[in-house]
Amino acid sequence: MTAIADQPTRPAPGPAADEGLARRLKALACTAPLHDLDSRKVNLAGEYASYTMAEIGLAAIDLVTLNMDFDTGADRDIVLSRLQPRIAAQNPGRAATEHERVARWVLESLINVGSVDRGFRAVYGTFGPDGEYTRRDYDFKLIEEVPGQDGGVYLRTTDEAVNVLVGALDTDVTSAQIAAEVKLEVLIRRGRLADAQLAAEQARYRTVQYAETLRRALEATRRNVRAVDWMETVPDLIDEALDHIADRYRHENAILTNIRKARDESVDAEHKRRAAELVDIVKDCIRRHTQLQTRLLEAGPLFRAEQDRQAFSAPTARTGIDLYGQLLAPVLTLPLADATRPTDAFFARGTGLRTPVSVRVSDLVDLLLTPPVEREHLGAELPEPDLVATPDDSRFSEAQLEAALDLLDLPADAPRRLSGLLADARARGTDLDEDGEELAYLVALLAVHAASPPVGTAYRQGEERLLFAVDDGTRLDDPGFGGADLIVGSALLDAAGMAADRKDAV
Amino acid sequence: MTTSTEAWAPQDAEPAAAHAPISPADVAEAARLVSFGLQAKLLPSRDAEYAELVRRYRDDPPFGRLADAVATGMGLVVLEVSARAGMAVAAAEDSVFAVRMGDYSRRAASESTDRFLHGLAHLAVAALAFPRPEDLADDGYLGRVTVNGVDAFVRQACRRLEERAAAEGSNTDPASAAPGLEAAWRVWARRSATGATKDARRLSGSTTGIVSKAVSFLLDSGFLQKTSDDAGGTYRTTARYQLQVRDLAGSAAMGELLDLGVVPVSDGTATLLPPDDSEELVADAGLPFHSL
Repeated sequence: MTAIADQPTRPAPGPAADEGLARRLKALACTAPLHDLDSRKVNLAGEYASYTMAEIGLAAIDLVTLNMDFDTGADRDIVLSRLQPRIAAQNPGRAATEHERVARWVLESLINVGSVDRGFRAVYGTFGPDGEYTRRDYDFKLIEEVPGQDGGVYLRTTDEAVNVLVGALDTDVTSAQIAAEVKLEVLIRRGRLADAQLAAEQARYRTVQYAETLRRALEATRRNVRAVDWMETVPDLIDEALDHIADRYRHENAILTNIRKARDESVDAEHKRRAAELVDIVKDCIRRHTQLQTRLLEAGPLFRAEQDRQAFSAPTARTGIDLYGQLLAPVLTLPLADATRPTDAFFARGTGLRTPVSVRVSDLVDLLLTPPVEREHLGAELPEPDLVATPDDSRFSEAQLEAALDLLDLPADAPRRLSGLLADARARGTDLDEDGEELAYLVALLAVHAASPPVGTAYRQGEERLLFAVDDGTRLDDPGFGGADLIVGSALLDAAGMAADRKDAV
Repeated sequence: MTTSTEAWAPQDAEPAAAHAPISPADVAEAARLVSFGLQAKLLPSRDAEYAELVRRYRDDPPFGRLADAVATGMGLVVLEVSARAGMAVAAAEDSVFAVRMGDYSRRAASESTDRFLHGLAHLAVAALAFPRPEDLADDGYLGRVTVNGVDAFVRQACRRLEERAAAEGSNTDPASAAPGLEAAWRVWARRSATGATKDARRLSGSTTGIVSKAVSFLLDSGFLQKTSDDAGGTYRTTARYQLQVRDLAGSAAMGELLDLGVVPVSDGTATLLPPDDSEELVADAGLPFHSL
């Protein structure tokens, strides 16, 4: 009776079926943030319906994965800038600032910047061994932010994201890669470059994932020699990885030769382009393998150095608490509610003491009236520099410069002789200095300077007119100055045209 | 670095005989020593008066008892009085000098996960600073920690637990209705390691943000000294920190764990074994973390 009644309440009997369902639900959940992008874009202030956010999101995950380095992740600015062309292509009519905003929004949504964990959560249900239904939280991240060596923040895609991106990567990395590369070779031989490119890209994703696995193993080694089995596991791993690299290197070079041939012999432009892209991809694969190999070779000396330091430190008579083995590790396995008790106890006694601040009312008034302290990141306050007033030893005054420039502000179609300008300067200069000689001198200097006008600079700065001076062989007959009687004039520059040229050049 | 105790000798320091009655001057001196002890960053080697009082504490037992009494009366526990650590005092429970979680971080007061993460960060800093039991016991040992190193260290421990759970085939995803039953390692693993902020400061809610808050607090407590900005900030430990962890914090946390029935009661012999598997002790009692 009970057996029959139980039957319909458990539609998926057996833990295996239940587990499979849970796995599929989790895989499904990983795609949710991407769908979410398109449903949430209406909430953005502005008209964003014409952007396909899921596409941009996938492209972003793609970019981060490909730009991830062995040591650090992808640079946020590089990812954002490389994302721009695709966004711009979706909506070419819009401003570049809007494209940038979309790129930021997509990236931040994939990191889930608003949440404290910067991750996503999906809820799914499972049946326990006694047939009891439990809802569970599945937490995952697509793009995570990691600290870099230089203190910056870098991006890495998580395994979940790579799974979303390429799909069905839950397989042995090595065998998956071999399969992909054999496929690639066959495709190239048949000249099916479109398919070959797809396969090559997949191979590259697997290469990245393989490097990631090894990176973690080596990182753990560097952190703690004994955490890793250096008798068998790690040497085996390194041998295996080196063999793998040697093998892949041979393989990829062979592919490279093949594609290069395809590229050079092909007459179809599209074929040529694809082949060229393939060359780049395979080159990148080779680069990644080389990088990996370098790390592998460093691992041995690193281990020996670390081991030496530990092995030759003198043993002490007393024994302390093993903070990791006896405290940290057990605490981490506890349920959160229980784990808080030991950490609280450690916190209460392990943080030191603070001398309490006691406040008197009179102090409090002062305290409240004190302006807020400047933020620390502004740095220490600069001492007020002790300035000494320097005597104004410039030869010409502001008024003189103004007058000189005014004289030289010639119409574009009417250049003048320097001699005439000097005469004008002497006439005008009498009310600025005694005999106007100073102003004439300034005009002469400016005219000589204009003999070699900085056309390039004016061009770059987009100026509209430029003073020039030309020597036509006439001698200057002047009491104060000698040399050529220059022809001084203004040249109009085509500022708008220059700006347009500049844009084209970029 | 050398102390100059001879250079400064108060008239009443030497003749303070065991039978002499306690004078108000003695009490003032004792209180002065305690007040030096409260300035955690001050070391006897940097202050001649402090050095002299420490010397008197050690040479003149009645004076020592007096200083201890002053400290106890103020709600302090004397851990050690020595030239290397000065008068190392810690706040007794419920003392005015004690640090409360709510004062430490407002978020930790209201959020149980943040409360745990802040506590765990302190535990992890200590565990990485003194990775082997001998390191904690050896007075001459100087630990080195980096902010990024502490985070990576905990994440590695979390990852191993995750792998073990996966190998056992157990589902560690917590039940939605009971967040308190979630395994503690998941809370750390789930929290992002870092994050970009608008003003280029560290994201305070990220794990490196939490660790860096912990180390800068310990820096203010005179427990750490900053050596460089590498790897998110590199620090070395002081004698006080070792004392504090060894004599107070470690045993207090151990007590709680015992109450929870997690650690098997040891027979008091020197070899302390980790609770679950002995391989772990060898494995992670390993080396101090060096970023270099």
